[in-house]
Amino acid sequence: MTDNELIKLPVDYLPVHVQASVRETGLVKWLLIIISTLFLGFFLFIPLITVFAEAFRKGIAEYFNAFSDPAAIAAIRLTLITALIAIPANLIFGLAASWSIARFNFPGKNILITLIDLPFAISPVISGFIFVLFFGLQGWLGPWLAENDIKIIFAIPGIVLATIFVTFPFVARELIPLMQEQGNEEEQAAMLLGASGWKTFWKVTLPNVKWALLYGVILCNARAMGEFGAVSVVSGHIRGKTNTIPLHVEILYNEYNFVAAFAVASLLAFLALLTLAVKSIIEWKYKHP
Amino acid sequence: MSFKSLAKKINASIHAIGLLFLFTLPLLAQTDISILNVSYDPTREFYQDFNEEFIKYWKLKTGQNVTIEQSHGGAGKQARAVISGLEADVVTLALAYDIDMIAKNAGLFPTNWQSRLPHNSAPYTSTIVFLVRKGNPKKIKDWHDLIRNGIEVITPNPKTSGGARWNYLAAWAYALKKELGDLSRLKNQTPENEILQAEKNAREFITMLFKRVPVLDSGARGSTNTFVQRGIGDVLLAWENEAFLAINELGPDKFDIVVPSVSMLAEPPVTLVDKWVDKHKSREVAQAYLEHLYSKTGQKLAAKHYYRPVLPEYADPEDMKRFPDVLRISIDEVFGGWENVQKKHFNDGGIFDQIYLSGK
Repeated sequence: MTDNELIKLPVDYLPVHVQASVRETGLVKWLLIIISTLFLGFFLFIPLITVFAEAFRKGIAEYFNAFSDPAAIAAIRLTLITALIAIPANLIFGLAASWSIARFNFPGKNILITLIDLPFAISPVISGFIFVLFFGLQGWLGPWLAENDIKIIFAIPGIVLATIFVTFPFVARELIPLMQEQGNEEEQAAMLLGASGWKTFWKVTLPNVKWALLYGVILCNARAMGEFGAVSVVSGHIRGKTNTIPLHVEILYNEYNFVAAFAVASLLAFLALLTLAVKSIIEWKYKHP
Repeated sequence: MSFKSLAKKINASIHAIGLLFLFTLPLLAQTDISILNVSYDPTREFYQDFNEEFIKYWKLKTGQNVTIEQSHGGAGKQARAVISGLEADVVTLALAYDIDMIAKNAGLFPTNWQSRLPHNSAPYTSTIVFLVRKGNPKKIKDWHDLIRNGIEVITPNPKTSGGARWNYLAAWAYALKKELGDLSRLKNQTPENEILQAEKNAREFITMLFKRVPVLDSGARGSTNTFVQRGIGDVLLAWENEAFLAINELGPDKFDIVVPSVSMLAEPPVTLVDKWVDKHKSREVAQAYLEHLYSKTGQKLAAKHYYRPVLPEYADPEDMKRFPDVLRISIDEVFGGWENVQKKHFNDGGIFDQIYLSGK
């Protein structure tokens, strides 16, 4: 007996008015599928095509020309540096936070869980301003920093800090529910068998959460490389120095250099597609360990 | 694949990328000296050309290699960044008030900065014109046409953009002139009741004008893109140079410039940021950079990029022919200086806030 028959049979035996409403569900199903496909096509697919179409409008040579500009190379480099610092930082923070939340009870636990979501709740521009208020020349730490010649905002450290701030929920958010659900029986068993805390972590805890962890890292990376608002506030927009890829795209667009703007934007779009692909693979692995 | 071996691989690739950076680092930096010019939105193309010329000039004169870093954005926003600690060696902004604010709030240079260079420290001037769609389909000739029904006006936000403040003030000056005829009557404030009435009408005019604005961008370049690229609006209130640039970059077959009967004498000034040039030991080159704006090369380039040079004899006469005659009112003449303008019109709770909030 196939799946099809399984569904079909009961409908025929149902009272007529119920049969009608079950068939209607089929109609609703298709309607919903069409709506969501159209919506996705309109809001995701068409813009994506546009980015690549605009980028290649003047040919492949012009496209690659955009990446030979030293300012573009500097922007790509800065974005990579930022992501390479932000991701390990958030990996450690995410593991520590989810470990403490899932395994221990302590006063203020719920507040900590809520606080982790804070960067999702406030606008990235505001988070940028927080850093300006804190580290700016007129800010709390500003005068001391200036005296000691330490540059935070309008320099790489500020960009990294802003990026860490907007991306820190990603890893923790993935891990907390999983670790809570898994409980700590396996770890207790490992401990009872004589494993050290460190060994338990590497051999038991980490393997249990690895796919969720990777998933969080990938989301974190996508956001770190694509962040605009928070970084824009603390960047200072110095060409070739404090512009990340998204900021560089805006500058090129404002300079009427559309091919280069879309070429560099296509890099981000490509990154997004890559993220999606890796994400699907990880999701699949996650379900079929 | 175990997680540990994956971690090892990731680790190895991080190291590889790190090494890559180490190798590329020395290639990218390493010049003798560098200065940062924090400027406003529409000067991008001008300073791109000017910097190239200055680098050559400085190399010839001193043998030193200089790198000039550029930052552009709405003038108010840029001033804010310098106040918060963006270490600019020179600022070249849209209006004196923004530079005043840096002197006042951050104390990075003396408050009499404007007297340190000739012509009020403004090496070039500009004015506000209208950019309309080709053939002027809505027949926009002067300021009063902007408040007709069904006209959409594009201007940036006066709170963040210097150009937008010039736009707003030009409209205000037009309304006053229409009422009073002769603007010198403002100086001695007679007869008082007529002046008050004129101010009231000017306010009404501005209120109507901003009701016609569908998008307020934060900088002049944003507004130009809104009008030119996104095709929104019937008329763009723009810097003269920005209007010419839009026509040049995007085709003379698409837009026309309309010169209104009254506009502003906009003086975008420049200054040295003493605190940072002393820290960076760049005073000499930064000073020379600003002085070079007044040289033959600087003035010629300014005219080429549609800024009106203060020393027109240095400019190419062909370039000078492109500037239309326009009645340009100075800020001191009608408004009694930036301090007053800012307090009355643009500060929080000022006239702009009142009319814009009530208009929505």
